[in-house]
Amino acid sequence: MVACECKCEEPGKDELSKQLELIIDEYRGKSSGLIQVLTKAQELIGYLPKWALISIAKGLGVSLQEVYGVVTFYAFFSLIPRGRHKISVCAGTACYVKGTNMVIKTIREALGIKPGQTTPDSRYTLEIVRCIGACGLAPAMIIDGKDVHGRLEAEQIPEILEQYA
Amino acid sequence: MKSLDQLAKIKESMQEVLKVRQGEPSANWKAHIMVCGGQGCISSNCRDVVDAIKESIAKNGLEEKTKIVLTGCMGPCDMGPVMIIYPDGTFYRRVKPKDAAAIIEEHVMKGNPVTRLLYRAPGAKEPTQRVHDIDLFKKQKKIVLRNTIYIDPLSIEDYISRDGYAALGKAVTQMKPEEVVAEVKKSGLRGRGGAGFPTGMKWQFTAAAEGSPKYVACNGDEGDPGAFMDRSVLEGDPHSVIEGMAICGYAIGAEQGYVYVRAEYPLAIERLEAAINRAREFGLLGKNIFSSGFNFDIEIRIGAGAFVCGEETALLTSIEGKRGEPRPRPPFPAQSGVWGKPTVLNNVETWANVAPIILNGADWFASIGTEKSKGTKVFALAGRINNTGIVEVPMGTTLREIVFEIGGGIPRKKEFKAVQTGGPSGGCIPAEHLDTPVDYDSLGALGAIMGSGGMIVMDDTTCMVDIAKFFLDFVVDESCGKCSPCRIGTKRMYEIIDRITKGEGREGDIELLQELAVTIKNTALCGLGQTAPNPVLSTIRYFRNEYEEHIKEHKCAAKICELKE
Ligand SMILES: Cc1cc2nc3c(=O)[nH]c(=O)nc-3n(C[C@H](O)[C@H](O)[C@H](O)COP(=O)(O)O)c2cc1C
Ligand code: FES
Repeated sequence: MVACECKCEEPGKDELSKQLELIIDEYRGKSSGLIQVLTKAQELIGYLPKWALISIAKGLGVSLQEVYGVVTFYAFFSLIPRGRHKISVCAGTACYVKGTNMVIKTIREALGIKPGQTTPDSRYTLEIVRCIGACGLAPAMIIDGKDVHGRLEAEQIPEILEQYA
Repeated sequence: MKSLDQLAKIKESMQEVLKVRQGEPSANWKAHIMVCGGQGCISSNCRDVVDAIKESIAKNGLEEKTKIVLTGCMGPCDMGPVMIIYPDGTFYRRVKPKDAAAIIEEHVMKGNPVTRLLYRAPGAKEPTQRVHDIDLFKKQKKIVLRNTIYIDPLSIEDYISRDGYAALGKAVTQMKPEEVVAEVKKSGLRGRGGAGFPTGMKWQFTAAAEGSPKYVACNGDEGDPGAFMDRSVLEGDPHSVIEGMAICGYAIGAEQGYVYVRAEYPLAIERLEAAINRAREFGLLGKNIFSSGFNFDIEIRIGAGAFVCGEETALLTSIEGKRGEPRPRPPFPAQSGVWGKPTVLNNVETWANVAPIILNGADWFASIGTEKSKGTKVFALAGRINNTGIVEVPMGTTLREIVFEIGGGIPRKKEFKAVQTGGPSGGCIPAEHLDTPVDYDSLGALGAIMGSGGMIVMDDTTCMVDIAKFFLDFVVDESCGKCSPCRIGTKRMYEIIDRITKGEGREGDIELLQELAVTIKNTALCGLGQTAPNPVLSTIRYFRNEYEEHIKEHKCAAKICELKE
């Protein structure tokens, strides 16, 4: 996992920072809430910038190193900004048997990005996940963590992607 | 909830609803339309169907006479959106919003089923109308999924109408904690998370362990990629898990439970959260449950995408908000679990079995299944099989019955090649063993495992060497890196298989894989590493010819691998 190197200030960071403190409040001083807080923080900001990790470490009373250790352990967390829409292609067994490779290839061709990358216009991020629990509809992908698209065929994929502006 | 009487009153008030859904005509209700709201049907846009039906109900002024309910997963995902209409029990599949008018105006109002939406068994001339007459359903036995086609998962009253929380009431008011443990022990229930450890023993160890407070935890990490049984239970009947955990809390003397659910299951988390809140409002969680002095509450913890967190010691560490790395056992969680305290950890499906055992008795449960594997097992059928989805069958049902009779066989007249059970810890079972009864021991003897219940069917378009590589890739990716046999050993195995699939295999590669496999199995720290070589070993055992073909002839019969000449 790579950290964002740029020095740019987050737009609206003050506001986000205030909201983040509200999230932290619920678990202040309780290290056991770390994963919950990180999950909510990522939901709020879209990824986990360094300033947020520092606030979380302070708020929960754990070291920044420990926070970083947890963030890099779990695949769900990202240290770099992502596109507006997250395309998660399932590479679980059921989907693999029924054509994950076709799905990835089609998306790569349509968007010109590899898994783990974001399009230059920040519209899409492509990632691979292990089973989204829609195995009955394999091959499947999930967009923005909520819209499951199943029984995918190469021709329909560009059309599906188009729906996410 | 103050007493069993109070619970009985709620059940009484639901009698009318219960009757309709059991198939009895009612003066008050024309129809209860149960629409599957499992993930599969949601992806097939069942919500639009619900809207269209509601519109048609309104148009025809039937609001008072019909009820439309979004249930949990009904099982046959591939036929979605599916629905069942009670009291006549008609099953409709692949329903579209434009079918709504016919369903209401023809079926509900005039009693004429909409033939084009009925299920037709493969090869049958006539459709089958009633859900209970369809083979796919008829051959199943539902204990874990006893409620999913009948209730609104968000309605605690619906759950209570089907004897929900009666087992908890019975346990805390009429049984001693030891008696509850003894009952579960006697039932023969074994853990459904994969390892099959006797559940009652686990409870007994924890009850006897020194240290307090004690904890109850639920493993809802469902890491096997290709399995979705636990999800269907959490989404379709969350109260059954809550009730099971509360009963255990009483039995072992714990007041706090945790449910660990993976972040990939937002709907399961949402439903479970709603169910927990509702149970609190009804006093079925909280203080002094059934006026017995027993207190119990449950918190949800969200897993953030690490397969190893399904392993028990890793999961319990993850609950504490840390990196979910496993640690050596002993001590087992029964001695040292969450926060170092005695903890019972069971799988979602295991929990859902508890209430029926307490209510109907250990003997009833033990009468189902085989000698050493009691009760039922839920399987998620996927891959190259007609009826993909969720099924629940008695232990001892043969693979052939599951794949061909319930699962409807292989699509496009293709040849069955293998069924994979147990995910990355399991193995591939070939056609010659299709008559094996499914239980913990016989699957183990075949070099596979029962696993948590994922069953992926493969036909001749699947290359077994490629499948072995797929699982190794998964394990290499998911190894937490703490012990070197798993971190480095699986990587070496991957490199060898990768070479074979590219046409660069060498004489002796198969033996080298086997040797590495045995070393890793014997030396890895946790279950992940210890079982990681299984998919390779089982494919070598049953499909050695495919490996040899790749190595010697540079050929892949399934045309999956791109081999150099
Ligand atoms: C690598 C690994 C992954 C596991 N994943 C799961 C899982 O996703 N769900 C589960 O219930 N058990 C899983 N288990 C088994 C648990 O460690 C544990 O045995 C189980 O949750 C105990 O509950 P049970 O006795 O009710 O089966 C996994 C084990 C290993 C070694
Ligand atoms: S394997 Fe893709 S959704 Fe389960």
